[in-house]
Amino acid sequence: MLLIPCPYCGVRPELEFSYGGQAHIARPQTSASAEEWAAFQYERVNTRGPHAERWRHTHGCGRFFNVVRDTTTDQILRSYRSGER
Amino acid sequence: MAEIALRRPPSPGAGSYWRPLPPCARYALRVNLVDAAAAAGSALPVATAACRASVQGDWAALWLGPDEQLLIGPEPAGAAFADAVASALQGVSHSVVDVSHRQGAIEITGPHAAALVNAGCPLDLDLAATPAGFCSRTVFAKAEIVLWRRGNEHFHLEIWRSFMPYLAAFLSEVERELPGQGGSRGA
Repeated sequence: MLLIPCPYCGVRPELEFSYGGQAHIARPQTSASAEEWAAFQYERVNTRGPHAERWRHTHGCGRFFNVVRDTTTDQILRSYRSGER
Repeated sequence: MAEIALRRPPSPGAGSYWRPLPPCARYALRVNLVDAAAAAGSALPVATAACRASVQGDWAALWLGPDEQLLIGPEPAGAAFADAVASALQGVSHSVVDVSHRQGAIEITGPHAAALVNAGCPLDLDLAATPAGFCSRTVFAKAEIVLWRRGNEHFHLEIWRSFMPYLAAFLSEVERELPGQGGSRGA
């Protein structure tokens, strides 16, 4: 089981969390082209190595936050609050 | 509202390590803690430290999130308590909801309390990680609970009413493995 450091509650077992997909995907302006919207909706990186992703502490504080996880080793490198980098 | 809820507390076996607690009043308080502390000061039971409970007289405030508290106190608290909270937080955006009927409580005590909790809960119950006063929403055997460590060997579990029979049966089942409970090692 992964141990995930919630920036609000500290290190907790993976069971308490749900996965939220790739982090830092900015919503385009409403004037954006169809291609830009398609990229926003569907295109995701498939990183080998450190990957920034969103997690939600569902059975805990309920907050979304970001985690950098190495996809080859599952090591969690750091976690930080939404809105931070 | 607790008085109209169906009350059929689960019954532990003789010498059990857990027991159901009598009904109590519970309020879900959603408020920005910085605003709340500025507005109400000590007039309101509010836990400001992350994952820690704060006890004030009969009332306990359990920190569940940066803007969420569970207030537990003796019943009937009635509308007077909600009004007192609302007046203490005048001018601060908040919500206070009576959830007394939503949950029941089970208390686990004794030298095997942590082992019994860990049978269903993956949290690290070492005192360094979860000292007395620790509280958090977490999972217990597939059910979501609020765990409050009131003492080193004293746990308070807030359990949603519909999960109560399931968790009571689970606790009765797993405590048979603990010494002194008639299990193979306890005989």
